[in-house]
Amino acid sequence: MNIESAKYLSRVVDYKKNTKENSMIEAVISGTKMFVPLDPDNIHYAEILKQVDAKTLTIKDAE
Amino acid sequence: MSLSKIQFGNTGRRNLVHNGAMQVDQRHNNASFTVVNGNDITGYVADRFRFNDTSGAAFTGQTVSDAPVGFEYSSKLTVTTADASLGSTEFHRIIQGIEGKDIGHLNWGSANAKTLTLSFYVKSSVTGQHYVAVFNSAANRTLLKGYTISSANTWEKKTITIIGDTSGTWLTTNGCGIYLMWSLGTGANYQSNTLDAYQASFAMAKSDQVNIAATNGSTFQLTGVQLEVGDTATEFEHRSYGEELLICKRYFEVYSPTATDDGSVGVVRTRTSFNHYQGLVNFHEKRAQPTCTIDYDRMHKPGVVKDTLSALTITISSGETQSCTINAEPANDSTVSTYGFLGKSSGTGRLILSAEL
Repeated sequence: MNIESAKYLSRVVDYKKNTKENSMIEAVISGTKMFVPLDPDNIHYAEILKQVDAKTLTIKDAE
Repeated sequence: MSLSKIQFGNTGRRNLVHNGAMQVDQRHNNASFTVVNGNDITGYVADRFRFNDTSGAAFTGQTVSDAPVGFEYSSKLTVTTADASLGSTEFHRIIQGIEGKDIGHLNWGSANAKTLTLSFYVKSSVTGQHYVAVFNSAANRTLLKGYTISSANTWEKKTITIIGDTSGTWLTTNGCGIYLMWSLGTGANYQSNTLDAYQASFAMAKSDQVNIAATNGSTFQLTGVQLEVGDTATEFEHRSYGEELLICKRYFEVYSPTATDDGSVGVVRTRTSFNHYQGLVNFHEKRAQPTCTIDYDRMHKPGVVKDTLSALTITISSGETQSCTINAEPANDSTVSTYGFLGKSSGTGRLILSAEL
């Protein structure tokens, strides 16, 4: 699995305070843009975490 | 009926393998494709059968109408660029992950571990020594078994006994319980001489494994895959297409494919003052939260306009395995509509959900 890039997407959790939390990862995996949930049972997320631990991948912050 | 066809103590659902007759091909609809290793679409042949290639070879894959008597389809791989000399970490393999929730009754990892029998039909242009293996999710328990392809380009049925593992951890959760794997060529780092006994490491084949990619144009076909409890291979358990499709959709689903110019997923405008539309999509329950791929490129505002999209994202609520929310922003906000449909300007638009193992 070739993870070419990864960036967090966020969602608003409190509109009054405008606070946000990371909700998904937008990643390009083996040539395809994908939206990866933050679920350790998801094989793409598990691989992203593995590569982050190995310091071969950095997840960019949400915009 | 002969006694060999009567099942004692192993009635009901027998086959632990999904889509063993290669009936379901949601990704390609039986069309040929170029394999891209690790890709959720082009890294699979028929549903649930992943193909990995880490070598310098290239392959095409296809579910074809060429099968032994009693079957209609097989998964076929064809070498389009040869790699006769595999590096130490290079390999090609077909693999299916069997969910842990489906193997609890096997009692693997305990003294009561049950023996399984694997049967399948294989046809290849490359004769000689081949290997299959089972291994656990941690890849620290592996059983290697050899088989021989005797005649080129001829369907042969193989039956292989797989003893249960009395040690190690074999998940019974929604993670992978057992990986079932066919080696089509394996580099030195994944070779082992230990056959017919579990080893506390990962291996894919012995050193005499033939390399299917040694010659350009070589082919390998597989169908009729059955893995069942006991030491006898019974007749293949044919399931209805609808049943097999639903089983496959626990792991992968193509939601609402649309042809050119059609609209599909419905979205509503969240606020009149805000150029943002959302739609909730419900799908077949997945093994885990799925990875989503979406390739719509415009929004049809009924009776108004077809706008290109400036943004399109997907969110899934924590723990949710049956729905996702699509967020879309059309590039042109001067023609406001309260609702719309996502579509694609050319070709098939699809929302793809993957929770494979």
